[in-house]
Amino acid sequence: MKTTEQLEAKLKRRSKAAKLEIWGRLVSLTALMLIVAVVVAIIGFVASKGIATFTSNHVSLWDFLSGKSWNPGVNGANGKPEVGALPMIVGSFLITILSAIVATPFAIGTAVFMNEISPNKGAKILQPVTELLVGIPSVVYGFIGLSVVVPTTRAIFGGSGFGILSGTCVLFVMILPTVTSMSADALRAVPRYYREASLALGATQWQTIYKVVLRAATPGLMTAVVFGMARAFGEALAVQMVIGNAALMPNSLVSPSSTLTSVLTTGIGNTVMGSLQNNALWSLALVLLFMSLVFNLIIRLIGRKGRLQ
Amino acid sequence: MSKKRWVQGLVLVVLVALGIYAYQTRQVSHAGESITAVGSTALQPLVEAAGEQYTGEHLGTFINVQGGGTGTGLSQIQEGAVQVGNSDLFAAEQKGIRAKELVDHRVAVVGITPIVNKKVGVKNLSTHQLIQVFTGRVTNWRQVGGANLPIVLINRAQGSGTRATFEQFGLEKHRSKTSQEQDSSGMVRSIVATTPGAISYVAFSYVDQTVQDLSLNHVAPTEDNVTTNRWKIWSYEHLYTKGQPTGLTKAFIAYVQSPAVQNTLVRQLGYLSPNQMMVERNATGQITQTEGN
Repeated sequence: MKTTEQLEAKLKRRSKAAKLEIWGRLVSLTALMLIVAVVVAIIGFVASKGIATFTSNHVSLWDFLSGKSWNPGVNGANGKPEVGALPMIVGSFLITILSAIVATPFAIGTAVFMNEISPNKGAKILQPVTELLVGIPSVVYGFIGLSVVVPTTRAIFGGSGFGILSGTCVLFVMILPTVTSMSADALRAVPRYYREASLALGATQWQTIYKVVLRAATPGLMTAVVFGMARAFGEALAVQMVIGNAALMPNSLVSPSSTLTSVLTTGIGNTVMGSLQNNALWSLALVLLFMSLVFNLIIRLIGRKGRLQ
Repeated sequence: MSKKRWVQGLVLVVLVALGIYAYQTRQVSHAGESITAVGSTALQPLVEAAGEQYTGEHLGTFINVQGGGTGTGLSQIQEGAVQVGNSDLFAAEQKGIRAKELVDHRVAVVGITPIVNKKVGVKNLSTHQLIQVFTGRVTNWRQVGGANLPIVLINRAQGSGTRATFEQFGLEKHRSKTSQEQDSSGMVRSIVATTPGAISYVAFSYVDQTVQDLSLNHVAPTEDNVTTNRWKIWSYEHLYTKGQPTGLTKAFIAYVQSPAVQNTLVRQLGYLSPNQMMVERNATGQITQTEGN
């Protein structure tokens, strides 16, 4: 009698393995919840602050997005505060697109060399070099930009040297390693038999590369470029040091202009929480956040298309 | 099993110990022996140096000094998040601040001078010319008697105390044309030093061999001229408290205003002492003569 009861109780009790199972799930779920909570909190905070410009300060969204004069401290001709963010938005996009255009050929070229042409040297020399480039802090890039790129630009193109062109040069070097290593991953993911089939058909190595490997890796390469753009869009410190931070519409590549991030970093310490100047900066942060969301969506979309092929 | 338990137990003990330690230190630093001063980067070196001296002389006290900008300092003190708010401006001049709740303690005076790149070839401007330069009505140094160089304006960020002071007293309340903005005086100086045709403005203590400072209406930017208000571009540096200060805050502010600090640290760091001033200025910019000393 007693032994059967004991046995029953023993069988009905949760085994150690089952307890471990629950414990493991609990731990990973807590970690997940914490991260989600942080993300939601950040988005909620930035959004509530950023929207205040339009709700409590009564700035129209259209004026904000299309206005060309950024001077939140004073009222403009129409009696409303001047919070036109267009120069910054244009500056951010210009610098992002230009640096991506310049960096892409170099990145893909390097990745092709690393993977297809000389994998040995690639693994030994190029891989560590790109990894080193990733590790350099952005303030160092900014400092080099300020003391080398800006004077060079000034000497060649005139003006003060500060502007989109210098920013592009600095960002190009900054996003290059990211795009390169992601492109290399994309190329590596192309199955070996694609290359073998192509070579067996009599194609040369270069024909194989640009007709087969690059085509097959296109979605991956696009993802790499968009990822680089996302990084360029969000970079603050290095850009701020070389772009000149003038809230003016860029009328040439060497005229001082500004980006969303550079205005944020220079301005936030000089404003008072809750004032219009402060809220306007939060609105810029909201635009930044929204754009990084868009970049993420694009990466997702490309990834999904790539899978269908 | 026992080994695993042992590791888990150890981790738990360490966590608890850290928790207790953190709680303990929190209590200690909360016992009225620690204050935090936040705000203006122009004033930061003085408060930091004075804080170090003070804590050296009064063991067990701790004065934590942070930058962040005048706006941050004033908004933090208004919210009561810190004990002292450092500011380049009168609280009444900053938008969004209820100045009546704050008590002003003036600890230094800082003179600000226009600086230009050395190749510009100009050493004196009239106030009228300076306004023309900064509002963009004059675009080449030739037009004000200098070299044939385009004028490159470099401003401090909007809301910066230095910029507000310069626009109010240097440009007679004219707003500068939108142009390049930099967020620190050191950065401004190095850019002016390397960019041909550049003009900007910094506190006296930032002027060095690499840039040329300008006289205005043939008045040189010197400390003597500031004390008599012949050089008009100057401002007080303020420590703000919410309500009358008490305890360590009161003692520290009294220390910074004492002759021991005013005659040594304040001068060494390139500020003037309010005691040197022969005039006094209020938040609206009105000047009254004082006896001075």
